[in-house]
Amino acid sequence: MCRIGAIKSRHYIHASQALQLMQSQQEGHDNSGFAMVMQDLGGIFEGYKHLPTLSMACTDQGLKTAEDMMHAAGFQRVLQWVPEVNPEPGLDINAMPNYVFETFDYPKPYKKASDQEKQELLLDMRLQLRTVLEDDEQGYVYSFWPDVVTLKEIGDPRDIGTYFNLWQPDNKFTARVITAQCRQNTNYDIVRYAAHPFFLQGYTALANGENTFYQKNKEMQRKLHRGYIGFESDSQCFLYTLHYVHRQLAWPLPYFKHVVTPLPFDEIGRRDDHQQLQGIRQSLAHLEINGPNTIIGVLPDGTLFTCCDPKKLRPLVVGRSADVVVFSSEVCGVNQILPDRDWETDIYPNEREVVIIGNDLEVQRWRQ
Amino acid sequence: METMKVQDITPNDMPWKLRYEASRCTLCGSCVAACSFRAIAPKVERRRLVWSEGDYPEPKQRFSAVPVIRQVNSLTNYCRGCGICEKVCPNDAIGPVRNQDSRHPIVTRCLAGDSVKRGGRKNLEATVRTLDRLRVGRISQMTDPSLDAQRHTFDLLAPFGRILPPGKLPFTVGAGGNLEVTGQSPPVRWIYPVIIGDMSIGALSWRMWEGVAMAAAYLNEECGLPVRMCSGEGGVPIKLLKSRYLKYMILQIASGHFGWNRILKTMPHMVEDPAGVMIKIGQGAKPGDGGLLPAQKVAEHIQAIRGVPKADLLSPPNHQGLYSIEESVQKMFLSFNAAFKFRVPVAIKVAASSTSVAVFNNLVRDPYDIVGGFFLDGIDGGTGAAHEVSLDHTGHPIVSKLRDCYLAAVAQGRQGQIPLWAGGGLGRTGDLAADAFKMICLGASGVFTGRLILQMAGCVGNDMGRCNACNTGLCPAGITTQEPALAHRLDPEKVAQNIVNYFLAMDQELKKLMAPIGNSSLPVGRSDALVSTDRGVAERLKIQYVC
Repeated sequence: MCRIGAIKSRHYIHASQALQLMQSQQEGHDNSGFAMVMQDLGGIFEGYKHLPTLSMACTDQGLKTAEDMMHAAGFQRVLQWVPEVNPEPGLDINAMPNYVFETFDYPKPYKKASDQEKQELLLDMRLQLRTVLEDDEQGYVYSFWPDVVTLKEIGDPRDIGTYFNLWQPDNKFTARVITAQCRQNTNYDIVRYAAHPFFLQGYTALANGENTFYQKNKEMQRKLHRGYIGFESDSQCFLYTLHYVHRQLAWPLPYFKHVVTPLPFDEIGRRDDHQQLQGIRQSLAHLEINGPNTIIGVLPDGTLFTCCDPKKLRPLVVGRSADVVVFSSEVCGVNQILPDRDWETDIYPNEREVVIIGNDLEVQRWRQ
Repeated sequence: METMKVQDITPNDMPWKLRYEASRCTLCGSCVAACSFRAIAPKVERRRLVWSEGDYPEPKQRFSAVPVIRQVNSLTNYCRGCGICEKVCPNDAIGPVRNQDSRHPIVTRCLAGDSVKRGGRKNLEATVRTLDRLRVGRISQMTDPSLDAQRHTFDLLAPFGRILPPGKLPFTVGAGGNLEVTGQSPPVRWIYPVIIGDMSIGALSWRMWEGVAMAAAYLNEECGLPVRMCSGEGGVPIKLLKSRYLKYMILQIASGHFGWNRILKTMPHMVEDPAGVMIKIGQGAKPGDGGLLPAQKVAEHIQAIRGVPKADLLSPPNHQGLYSIEESVQKMFLSFNAAFKFRVPVAIKVAASSTSVAVFNNLVRDPYDIVGGFFLDGIDGGTGAAHEVSLDHTGHPIVSKLRDCYLAAVAQGRQGQIPLWAGGGLGRTGDLAADAFKMICLGASGVFTGRLILQMAGCVGNDMGRCNACNTGLCPAGITTQEPALAHRLDPEKVAQNIVNYFLAMDQELKKLMAPIGNSSLPVGRSDALVSTDRGVAERLKIQYVC
């Protein structure tokens, strides 16, 4: 079983908060891995928000290959941060030799390129790196995007935290939005790419529960966009649908909910916007999820949201204080991060709503 | 004593022989009166009784004339094994018995010099059906709980109409952040995933057709199941065309265009649009062959509806004037879409064939977005009349071809844009829910069924040569006849009741199949829910092999 969580804060928070959030729920997951995506970065990355950071785990050969490719493509490295690791004996971690977070400046021809062109370049570069490094498992490229770092590892989350010195808060490795999950995708092969959260062009998604329309989603998505690849986890489909609806179709976020959990036909028929909703339901029928799932997503502008399946078979709780909002599968996760909050203001999102947290931490509850 | 020659036709040449027990027979005549084929007749037999009395044999004899029932020795009036005689006999004195040594296929051809014709479906079946080698093997447990078939709600609906790819939806984001409709979309009707297949007035008795139409209306208006019925190629009664119940009917046009003169003339008086239009190109039971309504079934009311004289009505094997798929799209689809002002979806029905994927690919790339459904009919489909050689030896099984078409759509990222509807032998074992569900998992949006509807009404025919006499116009159940005396054997209300009850049962059973895989929407294309115990089937259909 997955447990998922997210923290969005006015001020920069350290990655240890994500570990704390998930560790409190450790009875509910299988402690088989830890993954997190940090967005809106502080600390050492704060000065480079407009430049893309590559998050990668690799062998020595993989590192060389990747750097050669980046160099050949015209990217110039402006920052490299290699976390100090703690390879104590007995730690349950299946570590790669190198963990690399490198920030690059764009190739010269792209200096005056539009955001759209830069975004496509970054995706193409990541896909190329991924393809090349797949040979002999030279490395895993998790994200290559401005103001985003990703860490994924196989093992016990506590030990992963120890290995990367993540338990000790500092002001170097911080962000305003962190999403995290503590389980490898044990339904399928255990590979690093299979761990949530998944990231694509500014969009992050993580989920729990099984996607019973995985095959339908996958078969449809493969043809929708070159970035919809991998499918090591059935939950990647949620990210791709989010990316497709919000970025490719450029529809407002509420329509993501209409795509993944469409209203029953008789309800659609009673609505003023029935033409739109029926069109969505029939044209995007293969992106419906129809299983027990809760999804947490982050948009490129830092907006955090959650919604769940139409039968609310997977719960999630939202707790908040003046400066922090926490999403957690279990309320103990919220208690861990915000022990002094007013728990009576906690939100248990229902099956037909999307809870959206803007950058001012205002909570919007949008009913489908 | 009659003189017999070896070439003479006798009951042991026939597919069925009569079991008759004179000692039980009261000579009431019910069986003879009920046999629509005139295959039995009263006869007087000469009997000799020899007896002896006393201690020593002193044989005496007596002759008597005894009335009995006998089988008619005729290739025209032969027993079809329908068993109506047995049904009506108060004493269980009579009934048909299958003749394993029948010479019927040979003697019929030898004597008539004509091909054998019959109704029904393919009767050469020695293997287990493909669908029976599939099981719903992916059961939701633990992380994705099964649903409760009784308490959860299910959306058992399937699309009929052309579905646009998401990028072509005519939506723009309005000032309020909502999507606004800024253009036209093709009409799409969401209907029950089982369509009552196309059987015409003419092929069916008017009472049978009325019973089916009543069932469709009742299912919609009283049971909340949006079941649609296809008219078949043979027109529609004007009263129905002008009624609000037209919205439950899919109007069919085939190569004979029978009945369309009346339909077109009635269009200004229609108060509802029909549910759809189906262009029939081919039929699974007799692919490459047109429709056939023998003259004996072209009664006065059929002549009136179709606008024809009493003659064999042969629909040509091709639509005249259509020489390519593209042309069919431009001519027929455009004209029928335009006829109803683009408010009514227009679909196509073709016989499954090795070439189906090519046809489907051409249609799915239709640039006008006006092909609203691809109905694929397999070899096991039924028909009212066909040449036996076509029925038994031409055609293509439906299961793998449906899958091929779906996967062809997947390969192009166009799945669902033209809904795939499959038929042809589905429900053959009597369990349509299971067959429909498996076809849906393999990629069908829904299924259609015809033969099974007749069986719900009381058809006694089967796939082992029983009855199969729909072509004769002498249907003993009153289903495929225009003889008033036979048609009145059928109670249309009872027909409707049986069909309604079957659909209600099937609806429950579909939910009982959806619940264990955890889905409340139809699992179109969820082949991961299926497993096969046959390696060949698994490989061909690209599903998991299990043992």
